[in-house]
Amino acid sequence: MMMNNVQAVNDALMYEMGRDPTVMMMGEDVGREGGVFRATTGLQQKYGKARVVDTPLSENGIVGTAVGLALNGMKPVAEIQFSGFVFAAYDQLISHASRMRQRSMGRYHVPMVVRMPFGGGVRALEHHSESDETIYTQIPGLKVVAACTPTDMKGLLISAIRDPDPIIFLEHIRLYRAFREEVPEGEFTLPIGKARVALQGNDLTILAWGAMVNVSLEAAKQLQKEGINAEVIDLRTLKPLDKEAVLNSVKRTGRVVIVEEAHRISGFGSDLGAIIAEDAMLYLKAPIIRVSGYDIRFPLYKLEDEYLPDPHRVAVAAKEVMNF
Amino acid sequence: MIDDKYLYRLEKGETFHILDQDGSANELDPKLPPDVLLKIYRMMVQARAFDEKALKLQRAGRMGTYPPLSGQEAVQIGSAFALDKSDWMVPSYREAGAMMVKGVPMKLQYMLWMGNDWGNRIPDGVNCLPVSIPVGSQTLHATGMAWAANVRKEKNAFLCYFGDGATSRGDFHESLNFAGVFQVPAVFLCSNNGFAISTPVVLQTHAETIAQKAIAYGIRGYRLDGMDVLASYVLAKDALDRAKKGEGPTLIEALCYRFGPHTTADNPDLYREKEEVERIKKEKDPIARFRNYLVKRKLWDDQKEKALIEEIDRLVDAAAKEAEKAPVPTFEDLVRNVFAETPPYLEDELNYFKKVSGGGKP
Repeated sequence: MMMNNVQAVNDALMYEMGRDPTVMMMGEDVGREGGVFRATTGLQQKYGKARVVDTPLSENGIVGTAVGLALNGMKPVAEIQFSGFVFAAYDQLISHASRMRQRSMGRYHVPMVVRMPFGGGVRALEHHSESDETIYTQIPGLKVVAACTPTDMKGLLISAIRDPDPIIFLEHIRLYRAFREEVPEGEFTLPIGKARVALQGNDLTILAWGAMVNVSLEAAKQLQKEGINAEVIDLRTLKPLDKEAVLNSVKRTGRVVIVEEAHRISGFGSDLGAIIAEDAMLYLKAPIIRVSGYDIRFPLYKLEDEYLPDPHRVAVAAKEVMNF
Repeated sequence: MIDDKYLYRLEKGETFHILDQDGSANELDPKLPPDVLLKIYRMMVQARAFDEKALKLQRAGRMGTYPPLSGQEAVQIGSAFALDKSDWMVPSYREAGAMMVKGVPMKLQYMLWMGNDWGNRIPDGVNCLPVSIPVGSQTLHATGMAWAANVRKEKNAFLCYFGDGATSRGDFHESLNFAGVFQVPAVFLCSNNGFAISTPVVLQTHAETIAQKAIAYGIRGYRLDGMDVLASYVLAKDALDRAKKGEGPTLIEALCYRFGPHTTADNPDLYREKEEVERIKKEKDPIARFRNYLVKRKLWDDQKEKALIEEIDRLVDAAAKEAEKAPVPTFEDLVRNVFAETPPYLEDELNYFKKVSGGGKP
């Protein structure tokens, strides 16, 4: 069936709630309204108010009670309306959700998913465009998924719900309705922790996730016209990272551009750079270049295009590593 | 069912109370059978002995930072006795007494404060979460767990402990708000011992009582004499029974006093008069109060007391010794418990650890 990302999320939730009666959907406006992006449309009508819950407006309350629900046999899927508001719940993520299994030495675990729209590019308000992946990847015990395509969105979300550990599931706002593709119907999963080669090429490796995959693919198209064949790797999962896929590509091309929407300092791209430097140093023919957001608060919308990496910036970086 | 006159009313807070210090009980005495009364007393004495031993171990450098509970035995033991086996306990870090009633062995609790991660491994079949160190954050877990019980149509109740300091945090308000909205079977028990480390309760809240905060969430709120073990039992039992009947959550504010420091890392002489502590110990000790009741009922005497103290001292010493000798987890045990299935990057880190540390010993 042809679906965009929002429909794929909805399809995944609809399917998994039907399969597993312990799956619960909770968050602000997820019930009657179907969520501000309509990702949960129709779920409450189908599965009732006990399992698709309009909660009080409280991110910490949502995440903290989801921890309790998960501890007592449910599989909560908590929606945070925008990732820029999750920081009130950071304590519950870092102090409890992510560490319950280890601190109880395996007695308790927290099988929950926190779904969050993230990223900019849709002319949103302040606090609605944040891209703070590193804040989650730094927490031991959390897995972080950032899918790009409708197929991946469905397959990875179902896997995330079935995963016995807590998962941050990032959904890029700009990609929700950006494109459609044929998505498998019914039962369909993809493994968490496996990257996807979005475009094959031999000259350089572009590493990206979320909306930056499409930006990188655009850049690759431009580069092709100039005779440069870029390989674009969609990481899909930041943690655990598919290190093998990254290193295989890098060792083959010897050139790397990392594209991320997040702030530059301590972004996940810095980690990717360090991993490549540690494990593939001698294969490199040029320095690794990061194309990223800047270390400023995400601007109001008149300037957001200046902030966000675009195909041009990626192409400039690619040519730089090619001409080193 | 508790008479509604003890429900907190905004105009006038009444404190639920059964036992006087001399051991006389009012008309609310639940008249528990002698064997239950003696078990309760035994656990109070054991909690005190556990606590005193922990302080000695800490002072001797054999234990890390420890949060003492002496003075709070009544609220802990009384309320914990009100739980059925299938009910859940969600403790703060000061609930060693309540936890031992629930079935968490003393040895494990010593291990925890001795820095042994296995100390947080609650035995299978004991429905108790590990202690929560961030103040008040566990209240949300109690609400969530109780909420799950509703969704799963299970008839368990959830008893969550926290202190007065926790009531200043968002988690407390969020958990009571969610609990009220979703009518979950949880009982929130605030052991108001008067101080959050050094900060007195008057600087914690400008509200007259903590119990009255229940009104804002549309749930029942009670004030309890937390130095009175029978009142603690009766009120907790009432709230838990109502929770199990689908009558929703309750907030209980138990007025109590901790005789020692907040943890072994602070110095209470800086914020309390020694005379105050000594006076309260003398006038309100919850163990002495309950012993007086047992003596009045001819269930207790000096000889029995002596035998019990000797027996419990032996148990406590043995638990401490066993805890010191207990194996600690290997580094690999920690790595293997981060996720259900260990991801490749952690395997790499484990291999690196083994390489640099000579074989994976901690």
